Amino acid sequence: MSEPSSHQAPRPADPAGTEEASHLDKVIASSYEAGFVTAIESETLPPGLSEDVIRHISAKKNEPAWLLDWRLAAFRRWQGMTEPTWAHVHYPAVDFNAVSYYSAPKSMKDHPKSLDEVDPELLRTYEKLGIPLAEQAALAGVAVDAVFDSVSVATTFRGKLAEAGVIFCPISEAVREYPELVQKYLGSVVPQGDNFYAALNSAVFSDGSFVYIPKNTRCPMELSTYFRINEAKTGQFERTLIIADEGSYVSYLEGCTAPMRDENQLHAAVVELVALPGAQIKYSTVQNWYPGDEHGRGGIYNFVTKRGVCHDNARISWTQVETGSAITWKYPSVVLKGDNSVGEFYSVALTRNLQQADTGTKMIHLGRNTRSTIVSKGISVGRSSNAYRGLVRISPRAENARNHTQCDSLLIGDACGAHTFPYIESRNPTATVEHEATTSRVSEDQLFLCRARGIDAEKAVSMIVNGFCKEVFKELPMEFAVEAGKLLEVSLEGSVG
Amino acid sequence: MLEIRNLHANVQGKEILKGLSLTIGSGEVHAIMGPNGSGKSTLAAVLSGRDGYEVTAGEILFNGEDITGLAPEERARKGMFLAFQYPVEIPGVSNLEFLKASLEQVRKAQGKDVWDAVTFMKKAREACTKVNLDQAFLKRGVNEGFSGGEKKRNEIMQMLLLEPALGILDETDSGLDIDALQVVAQGVNSLRDAGRSFVLVTHYQRLLDHIVPDHVHVLAGGRIVKSGGKELALELEEKGYGWLKDAAAAG
Ligand SMILES: Nc1ncnc2c1ncn2[C@@H]1O[C@H](COP(=O)(O)OP(=O)(O)O)[C@@H](O)[C@H]1O
Ligand SMILES: [Mg+2]
Repeated sequence: MSEPSSHQAPRPADPAGTEEASHLDKVIASSYEAGFVTAIESETLPPGLSEDVIRHISAKKNEPAWLLDWRLAAFRRWQGMTEPTWAHVHYPAVDFNAVSYYSAPKSMKDHPKSLDEVDPELLRTYEKLGIPLAEQAALAGVAVDAVFDSVSVATTFRGKLAEAGVIFCPISEAVREYPELVQKYLGSVVPQGDNFYAALNSAVFSDGSFVYIPKNTRCPMELSTYFRINEAKTGQFERTLIIADEGSYVSYLEGCTAPMRDENQLHAAVVELVALPGAQIKYSTVQNWYPGDEHGRGGIYNFVTKRGVCHDNARISWTQVETGSAITWKYPSVVLKGDNSVGEFYSVALTRNLQQADTGTKMIHLGRNTRSTIVSKGISVGRSSNAYRGLVRISPRAENARNHTQCDSLLIGDACGAHTFPYIESRNPTATVEHEATTSRVSEDQLFLCRARGIDAEKAVSMIVNGFCKEVFKELPMEFAVEAGKLLEVSLEGSVG
Repeated sequence: MLEIRNLHANVQGKEILKGLSLTIGSGEVHAIMGPNGSGKSTLAAVLSGRDGYEVTAGEILFNGEDITGLAPEERARKGMFLAFQYPVEIPGVSNLEFLKASLEQVRKAQGKDVWDAVTFMKKAREACTKVNLDQAFLKRGVNEGFSGGEKKRNEIMQMLLLEPALGILDETDSGLDIDALQVVAQGVNSLRDAGRSFVLVTHYQRLLDHIVPDHVHVLAGGRIVKSGGKELALELEEKGYGWLKDAAAAG
């Protein structure tokens, strides 16, 4: 039931199908609409990683001594760690000394107090990406923190959120303004030494968002962070911390893009969620980092640690639509610490060209009557490789814990691969753990039926893929479900010949 | 309406259609019969422009226009419709969504107005009723988990909505019970008019009891080896194809 399984796309039985499959293989470079570069003067640290670099970052951000010490401790741990190699991804070793760990637009040096003081070129960048930062132009009901390379350039609707007692600000600011909250929770869910990339992030993290929702408060708006990498040869090390106090609710979204470049760029993020008793956090991601070109040149290496902890009766839902990055290494997880807590993971991961994704989740059931649901939809196109890796662990104390995992793979063309690696560790006999997995392929017959009804091949593939992803898309906030559908469509452009 | 001239077609480098000619006038119904493996489905596939079926000689004229090089979707938009012998399942894509996309493309290309959501729903429900499919089928994935007969009725439902100029039905009657057969026949008959033609590929006389053809052809060895009126079908029912195979070999 929980055997790992691998599928290289099966050759179609129908000989006429082979012809079409070769058409399907012809994945031409599809348009990556966010691939532009913003021409802006930046202050960028020379490449390289050392204690000095960390001190420099900390000083840039006017950090208190405790945080510098925390970073340095993480750095020392990281130096003793090695890059994990268990994921089903292949890439040349990253030279961590070839990466710049801090880059910020020069104009951000004077800490603009309002949007009027922000460099218009930066504002235009976000506008071009469909994220207007002027509140009157913004999507109704969504507050945005815009992170550009290593700094947050603006956070919208802070006034309105403050009225509800909600704190939404760059984490670098939270460190100064709300040190007790940050100090209490930073690293509480993802400890410094959790893994290689988490340790690296802890040492050099630059910006990300901080959210605090007070007790029994329903956050009046959707919160979102838009991450943009702009500068060449620069890594982005975002750190996000969300604390939902007792009985509160928040829906948070993140989006990300980067310019098209021939060299790979590193993104190593840590996201920590704390859902205190009775709280609910819904975290949605539309990940569209530059995926590299059709020859596998360039693209973001996305090594991300996302984890949430649920106290009694709390609920955390991760929903992700992953279409970008050359390499995705990401397992948003939930530690179901409290009794009756709920963890959910809904994922669509699409890989094309030479993209590689190894993604999934961990549901750690510690409390009684804890429940988790995993729905993973992997779509592989071209020569890409798409792996689901999921762990469901039931601890001895987790009476009546329940998990249901549904893991589906869809293959387009005959040179891609889909793999599933489910790990189930149940140490409580009252627990129920269910795992279902399917693999299917967009067949030539399906395409021909669509085309014979007047629907062109591209539209047909996008319709079939959207149908396949329906269960996940319905978990996304509405506007974003539409976005995600469009993004898939763009990503699939040219996936059929 | 449709003129096929000396059509030669290969599948996987092997010649299957070997000089097939056929003329179908407006408003006519032609039945194509013939032994298994004689090339009937190949003909249907070639007419619809399926990839992997290579036309090596001859031409296909649809309303006077050579369509030999057109993509399947372009032919569909010109009013050709193929009801599949084995309709494939498309899980997750609802029948409604599929029909909507299809109708939008086809009607737009034909310069007809694209139905609004209300009209579309009404028409879709009506079509369901006509082919005796429960409306719940509209919400289900295309052919997903449908029985053999339901799949065939679903094909006819699509045809009723698309109102093609030329309907090609590839063994739509095979494996149907008598009720379903009547549904198919009624579907075709309700569309029959002076401007619309049909090609019925079938093995059985019983479909032709319900849809009376103007012409009957026998396809064997990749060619039409005999043509006649509706009586020919009866004769074939009685004598089988054996006596014609010799004719094919000789020709
Ligand atoms: N996709 C295909 N690949 C190879 N041969 C095919 C293919 N389709 C049909 N054929 C061959 O073409 C011949 C005609 O098949 P078909 O058109 O399906 O016949 P019919 O529909 O009359 O039973 C058969 O010999 C069959 O094996
Ligand atoms: Mg056949």
